[in-house]
Amino acid sequence: MHQSGADRLFEVEPLRSYLLNVLRNIQMSEGYISDEKISLLAKKYDVSNVEVEGVVTFYHFLHRKPTGRHVIYLNNSLTSVIKGYERVKESFERETGALMGSVDRTGTFGLFSTPCIGLSDQEPAALIDFYPFINLNAIKVKDIINSIKQGASPADICDYPADNIRYTPISGSVFFSDFKEGISLVNAFKLSPQEIIEELKKSQLAGRGGAFFPTWMKWDATRKQESTLKFIICNADEGEPGTFKDRVLINSQAASLIEGMIIGGYTAGASYGIIYLRGEYFWLAEKLNTRIQAYYQKGLLGKTIGGKDGFNFDLRIQMGAGAYVCGEETALLESMEGKRGEPRTKWFLPVEKGYLQMPTIINNVETFCAVARIFEKGLDNYCEKGIPGSPGTKIISVSGDCSLPGIYEIEWGMTVAELLELGEANDPYFIQVSGPSGECISMKEKYRRISMLDLLARKDIRCGGALTVYNSQRDLIMILSKYAEFFKHESCGICTPCRAGNYLIERKLDKLRNGLASREDLENIRSWANIMKASSRCGLGKTAPNSIILAMEKFAEYFYKRLYHTDNQHEGIVAFDMEAAISDYEKYKN
Amino acid sequence: MAKMVTIEIDGLPIQAEEGQNLVYVAKENGFFIPSLCYYENMDPPLGTCRTCTCRINGKPGPACIEKVREGMQVEVNKADLVDMRKSIIEMMFSEGNHFCPSCEKSGNCDLQHMAYELEISHTRFPHLFKDRLIDYNSKRMVMEHNRCIKCRRCVEEVLSDDGKRVFMYMNRGNETYVGIDYEQEAKLSKEQALNAMNICPTGAIIVKGKIFSKPFGQRAFDLSSSQKNYGKKPIKLSRGAVMEKKIVATASLAGCFGCHMSLLDVDTDLLDLIELVEFNKSPLTDIKKFAHRCHIGIIEGGCSNDENIEVLREFREKCDILVSLGECSIWGGLPAMRNTVPLGECLEEAYLNSFTNDPAKSTIPYHEDIPKLLNRVFACSEIVKIDYYIPGCPPSASHIWKAIKNLLWHEEYSILYSEFKYD
Repeated sequence: MHQSGADRLFEVEPLRSYLLNVLRNIQMSEGYISDEKISLLAKKYDVSNVEVEGVVTFYHFLHRKPTGRHVIYLNNSLTSVIKGYERVKESFERETGALMGSVDRTGTFGLFSTPCIGLSDQEPAALIDFYPFINLNAIKVKDIINSIKQGASPADICDYPADNIRYTPISGSVFFSDFKEGISLVNAFKLSPQEIIEELKKSQLAGRGGAFFPTWMKWDATRKQESTLKFIICNADEGEPGTFKDRVLINSQAASLIEGMIIGGYTAGASYGIIYLRGEYFWLAEKLNTRIQAYYQKGLLGKTIGGKDGFNFDLRIQMGAGAYVCGEETALLESMEGKRGEPRTKWFLPVEKGYLQMPTIINNVETFCAVARIFEKGLDNYCEKGIPGSPGTKIISVSGDCSLPGIYEIEWGMTVAELLELGEANDPYFIQVSGPSGECISMKEKYRRISMLDLLARKDIRCGGALTVYNSQRDLIMILSKYAEFFKHESCGICTPCRAGNYLIERKLDKLRNGLASREDLENIRSWANIMKASSRCGLGKTAPNSIILAMEKFAEYFYKRLYHTDNQHEGIVAFDMEAAISDYEKYKN
Repeated sequence: MAKMVTIEIDGLPIQAEEGQNLVYVAKENGFFIPSLCYYENMDPPLGTCRTCTCRINGKPGPACIEKVREGMQVEVNKADLVDMRKSIIEMMFSEGNHFCPSCEKSGNCDLQHMAYELEISHTRFPHLFKDRLIDYNSKRMVMEHNRCIKCRRCVEEVLSDDGKRVFMYMNRGNETYVGIDYEQEAKLSKEQALNAMNICPTGAIIVKGKIFSKPFGQRAFDLSSSQKNYGKKPIKLSRGAVMEKKIVATASLAGCFGCHMSLLDVDTDLLDLIELVEFNKSPLTDIKKFAHRCHIGIIEGGCSNDENIEVLREFREKCDILVSLGECSIWGGLPAMRNTVPLGECLEEAYLNSFTNDPAKSTIPYHEDIPKLLNRVFACSEIVKIDYYIPGCPPSASHIWKAIKNLLWHEEYSILYSEFKYD
């Protein structure tokens, strides 16, 4: 087992921040976290057993029951389903002897499903002992399992995914051109922190995780906090199904990420940086850590960076353990502190009290990369791309029903139609922008531009990073059910509207799938979804019902067709499937 | 002395100390904002239950996580917000398995109290009937996971003497529950254990042996509302309609007939009733078949078998107004306790595996003449459209009588807090 680079803490961090690492290590070496280990850890951290267990049960890569010597996580996201999940699953079950969700009798293989592992361009894909295996089919699975049975290590036989960078702007790429290491730092260090803020303001760079909060504001607010201890955190918990841009950036552009974070540290007066890498990307950790160590070697991390007196900056990786909600910045903070990844209230903002209650900047991978690029190539180079009010480029992960899934770095302002054409989507029907929590669009809207402008007018579309194409053969209700199911599992579970709301909406969609829904049911979905949007605690619950609300608006005819229709229905009688309702009892018919 | 600021609640200017909690300030000034996870001196506030959702400076959000600041504009009693808060409480009822009549905390339960305050007669959501276990393992406590609303109060507030948590969330998403640490629980003093039970806004934490310590009428939330003007708004204006004779039908489906018994408790008003209504199909008259169309049909009990569904559909066809009477009819009630267990298991337990059965001779009854059991108990509203709901187990006689007079002759009435009950 290689070192993930997460195996040390900064001297300012409390022991508790190490808990998630310890748990991950136990999981990997022993296959599960036993009662004995929980008691042991509780003693070590001086907390009750139940507190440790609470953390363990929150993350889906941590198990309370043995998972076998080799753990297989097969992606069951929609893209995987489209590309042949069922057959691959059957093949895994046949070859390993383990049914989905269990361990085979010999304790060799554990087979589990997991939502989106960031490989949507190369589905069906699975992680075996956290190493990637892509473009799977029944035969491939057979070979892989046979090799492992004969003693091969997944680390040796795994199939590292291609970057699949399909398109960069003709005017030149911002993110994927050759990156000359150290230049961005030299240029940034010529400026005062205040001047860097001004540059960022001019660049109009906004949070690329999808919230598009102006980066300069966040940085400036942190800079102004009077604290000697501040943190720069990179949110690399890319969990939104269909998104894989951060994977490609970390794989191919780690240097720009590191430099972006160093510039953040210089600007805000922070001496520590942490990259929170999602558990699914464990296979990227070693490579990323090698880059970080190289920066230490060059004197660009550590003490007195680049000869800048008094500027110290340390960087480490923190591995996640499988929880979509940890992409929410305050949940991410909780997770880093070795707790359950439950979002905080907005009583304080992270820039005031973030990690360890200290001022903290949290930005997405792409944001930090963009910062480094702005200082590497100059503001003008960045601003001449894109459109007025939305300068620069955006990386979009395209997947689903298209011939060329992969990474598209587009200039802001490109239309959806152009992007679909580039990706060779032949029969696009339902397009999901920014993943399940984003927005769905129909082909009537294909000439909408992708930009940061105009959020409320709904003329342009903002895109956090994913564009998933579904063709006209796909069952729209099934897609939406799958989304609801995803959110039902991924909700942190502490606020009522999100925990219960996703569950309730999933039930309604079941009704719709079974052809028993009425117009009133559609009205209910709309109204309940709006309750969730208005009253949920964090972005997860607020955005979870987006797709369903918009789909009902934009695909009204489709929904109408799926309703219960009958001519001889009495007023006031609700559609009801009697046969299904007595099916259990009918089993006792002699 | 802290700085005073002026805020506006529903258009009324209010002076308050800067930084105070909005729920507190509102309460001090006579505004009722329902809340469950909130209680004073909790810093930072929990913000989990979302019951106190208001509109603050134009944006919806919970009042409990807002610090009062100059110029804050707060909307509390707008219709959409009242409905939203109601819906969140309803969600808790449909998500958990809340059988009020059999709950130790009934009458002292914050959740139930809030539902009374918001006059929730039924939930707009289908009940989810998720199977949850009850944890009896700890020394003195019972964790009744069916009733937990995951408010986090116990997680944050109940600590052992050495500062360790006794309660903690487990799992996530719809599988979330609050786990208890047996070792730490054993260390709690008697007072600390009782405090844990009291801090729980529902009946999820029960100290063994502490049940029904107070009779009806003396429990915390039996008699008076937290709102000054509760029930002051009369329901529907009287049109002074002529009290002409109306035809009524009633049925008891999967219920216990308790609601029909309660109907008889109308007492001396029964004499008026006889003058004003004629009963058609009803167990009270033993008329088996509808002789004419009825003005109103009153349904007790939910649907547990296919015959219940047939009867209910016939009522819908033959009655102008259909009323769900009592908890079973509204959402399944006590018979729905079986809904978290597969039907096969229920039948096998009852007919094959029980102690009194002779395994060799026992069989699960099945005959074309006996009604077929449904996979689960359905609420009447899942089968036909229901026009009105009268909650209670059973509903009080005066509540029933007032509601029916209102429906049939548009008589004005207002429901008293003490009449509105689920147990």
